[in-house]
Amino acid sequence: MGEPLLEVRDLKKHFPVGSSLLGGVQGWVKAVDGISFTIDSGETLGLVGESGCGKTTTSKLILAAEEATSGAIEFEGRNLAELRGRELMDYRRKVQVVFQDPYSSLSPRMRVGDIIAEPIETHEQVSRHEVRSRVAQLLELVGLRPDMSRLFPHEFSGGQRQRLAIARALSTNARLIVLDEPVSALDVSIRAHIISLLEEIQARLAVSYLFIAHDLAAVAHVSQRTAVMYLGKLVEVADSLELCASPLHPYTKALFAASLPSHPDEAREEIVLSGEVPSALNPPRGCSFHPRCPFVMPRCSEQEPSLSEVSPGRRVACHLYS
Amino acid sequence: MPPLLRVDDLRAYYFGFRGTRVVKAIDGVSFSLEAGETFGLVGESGCGKTSTCHAIVRLLPPSARIVSGRIELEGEDLLGKSQTEMRQIRGRRIATILQDPMASLDPLFSIYDQVAEPAYYHRAFRGRRLRQRVKELLSAVRIPSPERRMKDLPHQMSGGMRQRIVGAIALAGGPQVIIADEPTTNLDVTIQLQYLNLLKDLQRASGVALIFVTHNLGIVAKMCDKVGVMYAGKIVEMQSVRGLFYNPRHPYTRALLDSIPKLGTKDPLYVIPGQPPDLSRLPAGCSFQPRCQSAMERCRVEEPSEQHLDDAATTRCWLPLHEATTRG
Amino acid sequence: MATILGRATEIGGVSRAARRSYSWVREIPLVPLLLVTVLVLAAVLAPVLAPHSHLDPVKPTPGQCQAKYGMADCPYVDNMPPFWFSQGTFATPLGTDYLGRDLLSRLMYGARISLVVALTGTLFAGAIGTLLGVLAGYMGKWWDQIIMRVTDAWLTLPSLVFAILLSSVRGPGVWNIVLILALVFWSRYSRAVRGEVLALREREFVRLAEINGVGKLKIIRRHLIPNVMNTVMVLFSLQVGVAVIIEASLSFLGVGVPPPEPSWGLMMAQERESLMQGKWWLAVFPGICITMLVLSANMLGDWLRVRLDPQLRNR
Repeated sequence: MGEPLLEVRDLKKHFPVGSSLLGGVQGWVKAVDGISFTIDSGETLGLVGESGCGKTTTSKLILAAEEATSGAIEFEGRNLAELRGRELMDYRRKVQVVFQDPYSSLSPRMRVGDIIAEPIETHEQVSRHEVRSRVAQLLELVGLRPDMSRLFPHEFSGGQRQRLAIARALSTNARLIVLDEPVSALDVSIRAHIISLLEEIQARLAVSYLFIAHDLAAVAHVSQRTAVMYLGKLVEVADSLELCASPLHPYTKALFAASLPSHPDEAREEIVLSGEVPSALNPPRGCSFHPRCPFVMPRCSEQEPSLSEVSPGRRVACHLYS
Repeated sequence: MPPLLRVDDLRAYYFGFRGTRVVKAIDGVSFSLEAGETFGLVGESGCGKTSTCHAIVRLLPPSARIVSGRIELEGEDLLGKSQTEMRQIRGRRIATILQDPMASLDPLFSIYDQVAEPAYYHRAFRGRRLRQRVKELLSAVRIPSPERRMKDLPHQMSGGMRQRIVGAIALAGGPQVIIADEPTTNLDVTIQLQYLNLLKDLQRASGVALIFVTHNLGIVAKMCDKVGVMYAGKIVEMQSVRGLFYNPRHPYTRALLDSIPKLGTKDPLYVIPGQPPDLSRLPAGCSFQPRCQSAMERCRVEEPSEQHLDDAATTRCWLPLHEATTRG
Repeated sequence: MATILGRATEIGGVSRAARRSYSWVREIPLVPLLLVTVLVLAAVLAPVLAPHSHLDPVKPTPGQCQAKYGMADCPYVDNMPPFWFSQGTFATPLGTDYLGRDLLSRLMYGARISLVVALTGTLFAGAIGTLLGVLAGYMGKWWDQIIMRVTDAWLTLPSLVFAILLSSVRGPGVWNIVLILALVFWSRYSRAVRGEVLALREREFVRLAEINGVGKLKIIRRHLIPNVMNTVMVLFSLQVGVAVIIEASLSFLGVGVPPPEPSWGLMMAQERESLMQGKWWLAVFPGICITMLVLSANMLGDWLRVRLDPQLRNR
C-alpha cells in the first residue's frame, strides 16, 4: 500500500481567550489537542463527536481556513504549512468541502451554474464554453438536469441544494472532500438520497471523504474507518463495522448507548453519562473523560492515556486497555 | 368516558398569495390520546405535523384557518372556545415544548421568573409556596442545586439544561397533555438520551399524556406507545409502536424504515424516489403514489380512504384491501 | 449504480422548470412610475415646454396692470393666483411669484436642479458608503477600526452645520450640494452595510469561496455587494427624500442653490410668508412636487428591492 493521501500528525489548534489589544492572554481553548490520523485514496474516514469536541476546527485546519498551532498536515506527501502561492492554490483545488446547511452554502444572488463554476474559474484557465459543458456534466453527475444551471438556489429543495453543493465540490476534480455534517439538516428520506449519491460518486471517482457527523449510524454506514473525538482528542479509531460490533472506549460505548434504537425492543447497554461535556478552556486533568466515565479508575485522574494500538488498525486512548 | 384528547377529521389550510394558493397543511387528521400515553407524530418537514400541534392549541398563524373537524379535550370542544378561554387551557391543561430552547426562553428573565409564571397564573401559587414549587420543578428536571441556579439567566446555562428548564416550565402549570415538537433536535446524542429518559420519568410520575412530534424514528422507537405517520397533511398509518416497526402497513412507512442507516451494517439504503409533494399541488389520487413502489392503477385515480385493519391499526392505502380481496 | 443516478434525474424533473415569464412587467408600480416620468420629462423638456422664462418676470397685459396697479403699463404683476381664481389667467396657469415670474416655468426648471441634486447626491453617498461598509465589514481589523471610527464621528456631526461650513468654503452652487450630500450621508450606508457584511461573511458561501482561494476583491464583487444591495436600495429610496429636504434647507439658508436659479426647496423657502398671507399656492405647489418625488422614490425603491432579489421576484 502506498502512502496515504492525507496524513495528520499531532495536530493542535489552541485559541487564546481574553486577549485584547492591551490585556494579556487569560487562557487557551485547546480546540484540537494533538490528533493524528490518515486518509487513504478513495477511503472515507468518519469523524464523530458531540458539539464542541473540535471536529469543526479539525475540518477548518484541513481546509487551510485556520493555521495550526503545531503539528503537520501532509497531503500527497507535502506539508500544508510549507505550501505557498501556486502550490497552496493547487491544494485548495484538490481539497473541497460540503457544509451542513445547504441554505447557507449557496449564494442566493448567483445562478446555480455560476456557483458550480466558481472553483473552476478560480483555479483553471478555461474557456466559457468548456466551463459550461463541465457544469452540465457535474449537474448530471449529481442527478440534476443540465438546464437547471440557469436557476437560482431558492428554486431548489434542501436535498437538491445539497446535490448542488456536492457538484461544486467535485468541479475541480478534488481528491479529498470534507463532508461537514452533510446530511444532518436534511429529511430522513433525502438523507438516504445524499448518502447513496456520495457512495456512488466515491465508487466512480475514487475520491476520499472526511465525513464529519454526530450521527453514529450514518457515519458508520458511509465510512470504512471511524474516529471518535472527545474534547479535542481522538479517543478511538477503528474499522467502522468493528467499532459498531464492539466499541472499546467508554465514551464510544456511551455514544452507542445514546444512539437511538432502530426498533422498540432493541436491547442496549445502558450507559447514561452524567453531566455535560466540560469546557475545553479548562479540561479535566488526566483523561479528559474521567469525570463522566462510568469505569473510572484512580489512575485516570492523574495520567493521560495515549492513543495506542490494541489490535491491528484499532487504536484506543483508555487505561482499561493498556 | 371520552378520551383525554380527541382530534377528529381536522382540516386546516393556509391561504397564501392573495387567496390564489391553498396549502392543505392538515387534511383530515384524526387521533386520540389517553392519559399517560405517548403518541408519536412522525413525518418529514412540511408534512403538517407542526401545524397539527399549533392547531390543537389554536395558535396557527393568521394566514391559516381550521376548515373543519373537531378537537376535544375531555369531551370539551376546543374549536368553539374564544381566545380568552384558550388562554386558560394553554399552559394549564395543554403545554408545549418547542425545538429551540434558546428561543423559548426570554433572555431577560431569570430561570425562577420563567418557571414560576405558569404556576403563578394557572395554579395560583404565591410567595413561599411558589418558591417551593419552582424548586421542586427544577429538581424534577434534575437541575443540580436548584436553589442557587434559580437566579441565573438563560445564557448562563448549557443547551441541555435550557431544554430541561423548558420542560420544567411546561410542567409548572400541571398540564394533562404536553406537546413536544422535536424537543431534542438541537441536542447532542448523549444529552438527548438524558433528556428523553427524563421526559419518560416525568411522564411516569405525573401521568401526563405526551404528543411527541419528530422526524426521527429512533426517538419513536424509544419513546412512543402509538405512532401516526404523516405524509402530505394526512396520517397515512397509525398503529402501536411495535406494530409499526415489525409490521409496517403503508409503503411510505416501509420506505422510511428502510432508508435509515442501521448501526453496524453497510447494506445499501433504500432511496425513496422523488421529493415530498408541494402541498398546494398534490398529485391526483393517493399523495404518495408517484413515489410508491407498489402503486396500482387505483392509487392514481382514487384517494385511499382510512382502512381499519385487524389489530387496531389504520392506514390510508389500497394495498391491504387489495391483498385481502386477491387472497380471499 | 446507474439506477440511482437515473432515478435522481427524475427528481430533477419534478422540480419547477425554468420559468421565464414576464409577469414582473405587470407588477411595476404604475403610479410612482408615472409621477417620476412626468417629473423627469418636465425637467428635461423644460426649455421647450415652459411657457415663460424661469428667471424673468412675465410681461403682463395692460388689463392686468390696470387691475392690479391702476396703470396702463407695468414691468410685472406679482403674486398672481392660479387660473381658477378670478384674477388668474391661463397665460400663467399656476400664478406668479413675488417677482412676477411664472410659477409653472420655475417648477419645471426647478425639477432639473432638485432631481439632479437629490439623485446624484444620494448615488454618490450610496456608492462611497457601500464601498467603505463592505471594506470595513469584510477586511476587519484595522480597516474596520479606522472606517468605523470615522463613520461614528461622521454620524455625530451635525450635518447642516457641516454643510454650511463646506459651502461657505466652496461658495454656493448646485454641484456643491451634491458634494455635501455625498460627504454627509455616506456614513448612514457604511454603518448599515457593515453590519450586513459581518453576518454575510460568516455565511457558508463566503467561507466556501475563501477555502477555494477566491481573491478578496472577487468575493466582495461577486458575493458581498450583490447581497447587500437590498439594504442599500431601501436606504437609497429613503435618502432621496431626505436629500430633497436638505437641499431645500440649504437653499433656504442661502448656502445652496443661488437665486435666481429655481429649486423646489428654495421656492418653498422664499414663499413662507406668502403662506401666511393667504397666497398658499406659492409654497404648496413646490411642496407637492417634493412630496411626489419622495413618495415615488420610496415606492420605486421598494419595488426594485423585490425585483433585484431572486428569492422574492418569482412569486
